[in-house]
Amino acid sequence: MSRMRHAAAFAWVLAAVLALTACSDNTSALDAHGSEARHIAGLWWLMFGLAAGVYVVVAGFILVAAFRGRRREPSGSRLRPNTFIAVGGVVVPTLILLVLAVVTVTTTGALRKAGSDPLRIEVTGERWWWSVRYTGRAIVTANELHVPVGQQVQIGLDSDNVVHSFWVPELAGKVDTIPGQHNVLRFTAEKAGTYLGVCAEFCGIQHTHMGFRVIAESPGTFERWATAHASPPRQPASELAAQGQVRFQALPCAGCHTVRGTEARGTVGPDLTDFGSRATIGAGAVENTPENLGRWMQHAQSVKPGALMPNLTLSDNDVRAVVAYLESLR
Amino acid sequence: MATTDVRPEPLEAREELEEIWEDDPGVPGFFSTVDHKRIGKRYIYTCFIFFFVGGLIALVMRAQLAGPENTVLSAQAYNSLFTVHGTTMIFLFNTPVLAGFANYLLPMMIGTRDMAFPRLNAFSYWIFLFAGVFFYSSFLIGSPPDGGWFAYTPLTTKPFSPGVNMEFWGLGVAFVGISTTVGAVNFIVTTFKLRAPGMSLNRLPIFVWSMLVFSFMVIFAVPAVTLAAGLLELDRLFGTAFFAPGAGGSTLLYQHLFWFWGHPEVYILFVPATGMISAIIPVFARRPLAGYLWVAASLVAIGFMSFGVWVHHMFATGMPALALSFFAAVSLLIAIPSGVQFFAWIATMWQGRVRFSTPMLFALGFLLVFLLGGITGVMVAVLPFDWQATDSYFIVAHLHYVLNGAVVFPIFAALYFWLPKITGRMLGERLGRASFWTMFIGFNLAFFPMHILGFLGMPRRVYTYSSGLGWDSLNLLVSVGAFAFAFGVLLTLINFAVSMRRGALAPDNPWGADTLEWATSSPPPDFNFEAVPVVASRHPLWDQQPLPVAVSGDDDATRALGVPGAREHTTPVTGGLRAAPEATMHIPEPTVLPCILAAGLAVFVTGLLVQAVVVGVAGLVLGGLGLVWWAWRTGEQ
Repeated sequence: MSRMRHAAAFAWVLAAVLALTACSDNTSALDAHGSEARHIAGLWWLMFGLAAGVYVVVAGFILVAAFRGRRREPSGSRLRPNTFIAVGGVVVPTLILLVLAVVTVTTTGALRKAGSDPLRIEVTGERWWWSVRYTGRAIVTANELHVPVGQQVQIGLDSDNVVHSFWVPELAGKVDTIPGQHNVLRFTAEKAGTYLGVCAEFCGIQHTHMGFRVIAESPGTFERWATAHASPPRQPASELAAQGQVRFQALPCAGCHTVRGTEARGTVGPDLTDFGSRATIGAGAVENTPENLGRWMQHAQSVKPGALMPNLTLSDNDVRAVVAYLESLR
Repeated sequence: MATTDVRPEPLEAREELEEIWEDDPGVPGFFSTVDHKRIGKRYIYTCFIFFFVGGLIALVMRAQLAGPENTVLSAQAYNSLFTVHGTTMIFLFNTPVLAGFANYLLPMMIGTRDMAFPRLNAFSYWIFLFAGVFFYSSFLIGSPPDGGWFAYTPLTTKPFSPGVNMEFWGLGVAFVGISTTVGAVNFIVTTFKLRAPGMSLNRLPIFVWSMLVFSFMVIFAVPAVTLAAGLLELDRLFGTAFFAPGAGGSTLLYQHLFWFWGHPEVYILFVPATGMISAIIPVFARRPLAGYLWVAASLVAIGFMSFGVWVHHMFATGMPALALSFFAAVSLLIAIPSGVQFFAWIATMWQGRVRFSTPMLFALGFLLVFLLGGITGVMVAVLPFDWQATDSYFIVAHLHYVLNGAVVFPIFAALYFWLPKITGRMLGERLGRASFWTMFIGFNLAFFPMHILGFLGMPRRVYTYSSGLGWDSLNLLVSVGAFAFAFGVLLTLINFAVSMRRGALAPDNPWGADTLEWATSSPPPDFNFEAVPVVASRHPLWDQQPLPVAVSGDDDATRALGVPGAREHTTPVTGGLRAAPEATMHIPEPTVLPCILAAGLAVFVTGLLVQAVVVGVAGLVLGGLGLVWWAWRTGEQ
């Protein structure tokens, strides 16, 4: 029957191994690339150590207590139950909990501390995508945040619809966007890379496809990106794309979407000013390829059922032209 | 008070008494019974039907999540199913099944002939049944609730959930709350006023202590969720703006109200489950529970502390750190009373010689899985860690280790332990063991990997996921485990079916247990005890052999104690620290009035659902008639 104890111990080891190997992956909270996530991962390993110890000791007690009766005559116990309960149930747990209380308070303080000159970004949870505005810069985008490595980022979180939750496991813990309340999340990316984020609070039919990504890059690269994106996109280079721009404004598209510097000023759907540079369509529903974009425009409801983007009836020419136009926006 | 250690002539007395206590035969009897045992049995069976349905729903969800981009379920269907799964398991299985066991067992454990308010008891069952049927009728019109079992606003308000779906949730939850609250009042009065003579509070079985704590928690917690659901329905049906941020309402108000019930609720479920464990372990260790006072005090402490932890469900809502730290501290502290219970159980086993019958296996399984669920519970109290863990699969793992592991395992232990008393037939040991091992292994396969999925960034309540995130194989493992667990449950169902047909007949006390429910026959007679036992020990069946029973006196205080009391359809009322006889309580005759009142309320709630004034008024009239007639008839007696 020590099999059971072994199984339990094995399970924990398995957890540890899997968590470690998961470092090759890119949504792991333990594969921290932000100072906040790193603090929390450190906290986790401390707790894991304590927890593993507690589990093995207590499970050991349980199994020994259950099986020792098989080997001995009754009434062979010198256990003093009151002392046993007081020590095991009160004294030892109190000590462990004190340790946890102290690290809770210190870590919480560290994570909530505001830096001196943070990059401010306003993020709004929409159904079911994220609107992104850079405070003090004329940059509006959706579902992708570019941030510089090494500088604290202060994200203001709002919603004018339902509750969402902004979570990039590799960078920081999550904070909800709550209608009627302005929340703040701070983190500092410590390594360049692309980090996937999700909505963590159930927010309706397409809660699943409300992904985003944080692209952390060197301060120089970030500044170049920011400068380029502060001005409206250049006029389309190809003839097809230019035709697409005209059609985009004539079709229902412009009623919901904005492309800065053009007649398209809708505010219902995501700003598409830099659409061509984004990795996905529909906040992570599908990869951003011309084929997928064409399908999205005509059959959004089968790509992302319930999305507020309707199925559009478009001619093949319109599809080709608008796809060329949107993919040219960078 | 005169007592005798010789039981009255059984056969003759029994036949006469049975006639007095019998329900009406057939259909009228079905609707009019007020016998706590029939009601308790109904509760248990009804709850298990909901448990099987909720479990099948979980299996469909796990089929959808077994691989990336599966198309077993649409987004809409998945959202409905997880909403219905959670609501079913909390409101229609876990809470009422514990109340059902207590309904059956508690009056016998304290040595009385029924609950303090037998008609209220029947009423509480009918409300529960109608609320469950009301909730599930949403499937008939193809609009099951889809806003999550927690129904967060503003998502569940009219602008974002325009359909009728959430009405089934809001009205159903408010409706079923009546049943739970009424039941709690009944348990409290029964425990305080109907104990057998001599059963002082420090001789109460721990399970009765746990039901006492359960009941007080229910009385203070359930109104909060009834209020949350009620205000939500006012917003939805009558256009108020309690939860509409644009109109001055508050989003967080809803969350506070919901979790002010929601976290005590976890302990509302967990406390009676541990009470069952504290009843079972000593019997199979053949030793009295070590640290009885420690355990009773722990239960009471949990009851109080459970009202100071609710905000740990809201750590990510951006509240000030100081406020959050308070709730983090209490959430850590509440681990101590649970730790105390653990070491009391260990000490009990340590001092005894454990027999490994099926109930004990489930109890051991409970200890091992709850240990893990308790530890992860401490982890999520650690504020910064919770910012990562909350709303990820880590929480799904944790909550199932607690609500499935630490509540369902004790319920199965209780089934194997007490069903022989209830049905009069033993369950099969071999199938029982097979069921336990399948459930135990399946459980850990299903829920352990979810911790890791949480770390890997998998959020809760997603209907699908793309491959390449490292989630695929773990999700498959989870689904396999879920099906294995379900197979284990099926083995117990088969065991039950076989036992009902040709199980060995259960003796009065098949496990050699210590408490009074084992002093009657299996199944017990309608009146439980011909003469009420006289208690002089915490373990009457171990220390008082043969068990002395009371003799009726001439005055009102003692008239109901002996066989004449049973003959008059009464039970003794006791009071004071030592449970001294005080008065005689007449146990009401069977009646359909509670059923009529409950049906009236059900019609009223349906009127709100379909927004038809006529239906609502008809319900109120029917309910009102039931209520007035009920009060009138009670006065006559």
